[in-house]
Amino acid sequence: MMNKNLPGWRELPEGAVVRDPGNTETIDVSGWRVFKPVIIDDKCTRCRLCWIYCPDGAIIEVIDEKAKMGKRYEVDYVHCKGCGICYAECPVNAIEWVPEER
Amino acid sequence: MALKEVGPMEEIRNHMQIPRPEYIAGGHSACQGCGHFVIIRHLLKASGPNTIVVNPTGCVEVVTTVFPYSSWKVPWIHVAFENGGAVASGVEAAVRTLQRKGVLSEDEPINVIVFAGDGGTVDIGFQSLSGMLERGHKVVYVLLDNEAYMNTGIQRSGSTPFGAWTTTTPVGKKWKGEWRVRKDMIQIAVAHHIPYAATINPAYPVDMYNKMVKALKADGPAFLHAYSPCPTGWRFDPSKTIEVARLAVLTGYWVLYEYDHGKYKVNVPVLKRKPIREFIKIQGRFRHMTEEQIKRLQEIVDEQVEMINKLVGRTVIGPVEG
Amino acid sequence: MPRLALTTNYAVAHAAKDSDVDVIAAYPITPSTPAAEKLAEFAANGEIDAEYIHVESEHSAASALVGASAVGARTFTVTASQGLIYMSEVLYIASGLRLPIVLGVASRALSAPLSIWGDMHDIAVLRDAGIVTYFVSSAQEAYDTVIQAFKVAEDPRVHLPAIVDYDGFVLSHVTEPVETLEKEEVLKFIPKKITWNTLNPKNPISMGTVGEPDWYYEFKYQQQVAMENALKVAEEVDEEFGKVFGRKYGVVEPFMMEDAEVALLAYGAHAGTARVAVERARKEGIKVGLVRLKLWRPFPVPHLKKLFDGISVVGVLDRAMSLGAPRQGPVALDLMAMYASDPSSAPKMASYTIGIGQRDVRVEDILYIINQLAEFAKGKEIPERTIPIGLRE
Repeated sequence: MMNKNLPGWRELPEGAVVRDPGNTETIDVSGWRVFKPVIIDDKCTRCRLCWIYCPDGAIIEVIDEKAKMGKRYEVDYVHCKGCGICYAECPVNAIEWVPEER
Repeated sequence: MALKEVGPMEEIRNHMQIPRPEYIAGGHSACQGCGHFVIIRHLLKASGPNTIVVNPTGCVEVVTTVFPYSSWKVPWIHVAFENGGAVASGVEAAVRTLQRKGVLSEDEPINVIVFAGDGGTVDIGFQSLSGMLERGHKVVYVLLDNEAYMNTGIQRSGSTPFGAWTTTTPVGKKWKGEWRVRKDMIQIAVAHHIPYAATINPAYPVDMYNKMVKALKADGPAFLHAYSPCPTGWRFDPSKTIEVARLAVLTGYWVLYEYDHGKYKVNVPVLKRKPIREFIKIQGRFRHMTEEQIKRLQEIVDEQVEMINKLVGRTVIGPVEG
Repeated sequence: MPRLALTTNYAVAHAAKDSDVDVIAAYPITPSTPAAEKLAEFAANGEIDAEYIHVESEHSAASALVGASAVGARTFTVTASQGLIYMSEVLYIASGLRLPIVLGVASRALSAPLSIWGDMHDIAVLRDAGIVTYFVSSAQEAYDTVIQAFKVAEDPRVHLPAIVDYDGFVLSHVTEPVETLEKEEVLKFIPKKITWNTLNPKNPISMGTVGEPDWYYEFKYQQQVAMENALKVAEEVDEEFGKVFGRKYGVVEPFMMEDAEVALLAYGAHAGTARVAVERARKEGIKVGLVRLKLWRPFPVPHLKKLFDGISVVGVLDRAMSLGAPRQGPVALDLMAMYASDPSSAPKMASYTIGIGQRDVRVEDILYIINQLAEFAKGKEIPERTIPIGLRE
């Protein structure tokens, strides 16, 4: 069935190019999660491994002068799919694995 | 005290130096725990914004670029499945000639990278890759090897390891998973007289990052063979991607080594290898394997380790721990 | 304007050189090989400022040019036969990506059985690919048309690949005098202006995305519109070329059509033979004309309709066989479709296949066809099938 709400052929870019690359950032994949990672800031040693190993770039390194060692790590819950790599790889158990409640 | 982050194209001393900017956005539809995206994230950080990516058909292509979306923050092109090497050859040749003619600025070198899967590299794209390497195009060709055709739903490729179950090497009365030994792509690449070839692994991000920098700086084609665990196709929990990748190195199944202008070097020595059983027991694709098959796979790994030790001229990867 | 003795293969190579192509990727295949060799010679002597990629297959030739064109390079290759159909996968994509790659094709038969000889089975395979496709009839026309093809392909209303097709051997290997142009005057006619989508780190885009059912159709339709635009653009470009350089061809070329009662529709080298036959038949009192099809895709419907208005029978001479179709000739099929919505205005049509696998085509063969057309015009029944010429029973 034709979706009438989408732009017609005259309005679409030639050759199906995407001109605003990186725009999957606007896609929310949180619905994929069954569990979610929760970072316990007190336990976190800022080793950066969760940020390194995340396939979805969903660990954010926040520069914050007030934080321990000048930075902290946050989960981008829009783009986290809940794979659990950060939870599995955290060397100091600073990430909790919490069931999603919907 | 943490070292400062570096810019693209510079080698690093530890993982704290990996630059923060991301060139691949989240929100793509890769499976949970997909190894490809850990690798791509870091290789693009090493390459930086002055990069053109050629991406033959495969998982990475379909999960990142469903119109009107794209996860790529650097210029990106997909043409077909079997022609990554040829498309990249054209991109590189065009960059070179347009820079010479003043259409593109010569002050800002443009890196050309191919991200291709094992199907697109060791099978259908083999000839195209060979042509690109032989002609000497300055391209970094990255083989993201998840050891089967995962995009079409787990069919065997020329890179599927001995013993592995796939949907086209099923476990039946006669067949017990894959029965042949995979191609050795590093040796095939080196046979093209290229300056740089290396294996990489996402569990070793510093080694991976630095090899990318070396590959980008090489005076010719470079080939990076990336080990990329696939939770969906290998049948393991997505949280174990890095653990599986690490075990591949610790068992000697995946030796991290490089060929740099005629010299071989093992970058991550393993004094005592773990038995291959440790590696296969956490993956469902090997679950059916008999003692005899496990023994055979151990032999295959031993032979490969021996070959690499010979290449570097000493025993850098040791025996299986007793 | 140097006047040179050139084969058509050499003429297209010269045209690519004079168009200042940036990237060439070529693979040898008979009968287009001498064009690839000539381009290499230009590169070897520094007569051309281009990257010459010694690809390992035609598939890679087309793929490399897609990559190069996607960066903004002016690109060119030559091929034939199996080589062209090996490229076909990538050429469909080049069209979908809207990249203005130009190809010279020395048309040759397709296996099996293996034949290195000329016919147009190869180009017929690419008929539906969304590629602007010219047939030429001389080395001079090939030279001029390659230059025109760049201008049409790179026009923002078009942005499609283009093929200049010339008969293998009969044209590819025959030497004729060719007026060539200086690079400077060619570049004035086709300035280097990148108007299509390109990969540039300064303005990153993604090319070659996935088209889901909600989107794919619209992009295919865009290609169709671009093809329709190409008809007008090709005419404009030919007019302009005529004004600047004194030679023009039209998208169709009529010969003795003014008072014709029956007509031939031919293309490529056979149009030259047909011309001689038409002159002879005229002397015998048959009111026959000839239309040479210069532009095959897009198909010049209004031009042909106008020329065939009032003609009683058109005989279409095809050099390829669409096996199992209602008529075997691909151009004959186009002509049938052209009148589908208004059959009352259509002339009767007889479909012929000639010159298959380089089967000799003599003036007498075409005279035989003309005589048949005259009989059909008088009411003799036209067979419900394609009539093979020069076939042993």
